[in-house]
Amino acid sequence: MLSFIGRSIIQKIITLFFVSIVSFLVIHLAPGEPSQVDPLNPKFTPEMVERFRKEFHLDKPLYIQYLYFYSDLFTGKTISWKDNQPVLKKIWERFKNSLWLFIVGTILTWTLSFPIGIRSALSRGSVYDRSATFFSYLLISIPGFFFAYILIIFVVTRFHVPVIGMDTFGMGDASLPRWFMDRVWHLLIPSVLGATAGIAVLSRYVRSQMLEVEGQDYVRTARAKGLPEEQVHYKHALRNALLPFVTMFGLILPGLIGGSVIIESIFAWPGMGRMAYEAILARDYPIILTVNFISAVLVLIGTFISDVLYMVVDPRIRL
Amino acid sequence: MKSNPKEPHQSAPVEDVAAPKRSRLQESWRLFKRNKLAFAGLTIFLLFSATAITGFLLTSRIQIGFEVLGIDIKIAIVSDPIFDPALVRLQEKLRPPLARPNLEALSPEELPTLGLYLFGTDDLGRDVFSRMLQGAWVSLTVGFVAVGIAVIIGIIMGGISGYFGQKHVQLDHILFLILLHAGIVLLLLWIRPLWAAFLGAGVWGIILCFTWKYVWKRRSLPGWLSILHIDTVSIDTLIMRFVDIMLCFPSFFLILTVVALLPASIYNIMIVIGLTSWMGATRFVRAEFLSLREQDFVTAARALGVSDWRIIFRHMIPNAIAPVLVSATIGIASAILTEAGLSFLGFGVPPPHATWGNILSDGKRFIFDAPWLTFIPGVAILVVVLAFNLFGEGLRDILNPKLRERY
Repeated sequence: MLSFIGRSIIQKIITLFFVSIVSFLVIHLAPGEPSQVDPLNPKFTPEMVERFRKEFHLDKPLYIQYLYFYSDLFTGKTISWKDNQPVLKKIWERFKNSLWLFIVGTILTWTLSFPIGIRSALSRGSVYDRSATFFSYLLISIPGFFFAYILIIFVVTRFHVPVIGMDTFGMGDASLPRWFMDRVWHLLIPSVLGATAGIAVLSRYVRSQMLEVEGQDYVRTARAKGLPEEQVHYKHALRNALLPFVTMFGLILPGLIGGSVIIESIFAWPGMGRMAYEAILARDYPIILTVNFISAVLVLIGTFISDVLYMVVDPRIRL
Repeated sequence: MKSNPKEPHQSAPVEDVAAPKRSRLQESWRLFKRNKLAFAGLTIFLLFSATAITGFLLTSRIQIGFEVLGIDIKIAIVSDPIFDPALVRLQEKLRPPLARPNLEALSPEELPTLGLYLFGTDDLGRDVFSRMLQGAWVSLTVGFVAVGIAVIIGIIMGGISGYFGQKHVQLDHILFLILLHAGIVLLLLWIRPLWAAFLGAGVWGIILCFTWKYVWKRRSLPGWLSILHIDTVSIDTLIMRFVDIMLCFPSFFLILTVVALLPASIYNIMIVIGLTSWMGATRFVRAEFLSLREQDFVTAARALGVSDWRIIFRHMIPNAIAPVLVSATIGIASAILTEAGLSFLGFGVPPPHATWGNILSDGKRFIFDAPWLTFIPGVAILVVVLAFNLFGEGLRDILNPKLRERY
């Protein structure tokens, strides 16, 4: 166990090192330069460009820039090229906003997909199962932005509540319950959107996992012993079917950053995805690279957690 | 088995009755037709391809000609597209679907080809039907080319990793590859005399390695040079670690970054989506190859003296292709979604050209006045992606022998 942990940590650090190199190269070798971001701006004289390049070490060779960038990142001194704000502080502020979406979305995904999937598996081939299957394909296939507009039309015309942004402008002096409901409405729609694909995929996975376990010998034995159906399903089958999902807790971590770009831009939600999108448009390399680095760290931590959890939960696994 | 009443020989010999003679393909087709959803998926997929191809022909400027020594020679017809997706009729903006054109306001060449606006018009009075036709081609090609690139890279990387995986990379290979890459990086940075030296050293070194191995048949190196032949990491480890590295990037964010930095073009999108989605195919192919190379028919082929590449292409890839095909079908669906998302955000094809994503993105401002501008492209993307997903899942069920007995 300890040797596995040590080995995988070393391996992950090496991977991270290469990720940092690759992302740095991808961004810096792409055509165009950040100093040319606004050539039409009359304030952007050649001297300004030169000062800009010097200020951010853009006149140095690439490997020096690489060293500068990552040493700044680890000492927390990286600043955004756009507004000279510290990058980590900016990301942290946006991260707090994204975190809400992530938490609500994850709760929705995990609480809804299990009942749906289990019921599908238990009534295999029934009308319920078939329609659940079809709907999950529908939800996987629907483009997020299109679904977003359907939901916006539905909610706005039906319930007459505003949904764009994090809260309604000028709600500061409203009574507490109204303020709270306003926040809930604003939060609900984007989180539902973020959760739809997850619900569809996870419920399909729960179904197939459950079906596989239901066909095992020990389930037949349990039934042969004369145990009531509930006990067979929920005690013998479900517990074993749950095993792979424990490990998936680790894999949801990367969802903190990726995948929310489109939804956050539609709903004008000031989260990480939108910040990254704006940074891409403004060629704000420090922010792009930092977000990329953090998300790579999250992926690696996620896989690490899932490996360890797998070993803890299932003693048969020896990595 | 029930005997067929049309069969002339009712009392046929036993071996005739015993086994239904069907090839694997016929058997798969029979199973496939039973899966209604998958069959519907295939039908929609074929219809969509036909629409996209005819749409491409009908909406582009037909021009027959050729180029000799840099001189353009047009021999015939330079005609306007039959459905012109870029024709602006400002007097006819935001007409609902199936609306008749206002004959007084339009000159004869501005009239829609079908005599009515089948899908309505957008805020510039362009015919949405023509624009949808034009966009279909973009979706189709992005899906197929991107997935094609991903599958080819996946098969090559997975194949090398699964078949030659146990071989080790030797120190000299690494050395010369580093030289080669240093040369390429220096070339990109345009550091004059150095890049040629590094590149040359790398290329010659690699050639030397191969001649050493194949021409001189592994003569042992003299004394201190044998340090170059120390085995380091296996090829398998190398490739799979590279896959791990690629999986660390948040894919949509990476695609967005690269597409935003590169000049706007549909080919860039195809290539970028392809280059960021080959990891799944690589893993599938590698897993299949690892199990296939232990099987008897591969050993037999090797015993017959069949070359490695022939074994790979003739014997192993046909057996390993099934899961790749399934993931490719589903990959097309997600590539279409990714492209739609990118053009929704305003990246990709430059503006006058229509894609389903940018029709929706342009139409969203009029969502309450002109809902068809959102719903028509949205539903189109949904139906096509759904068709690919259903078809892929159906394919997976059929190609999975464990599930066959179910029917």
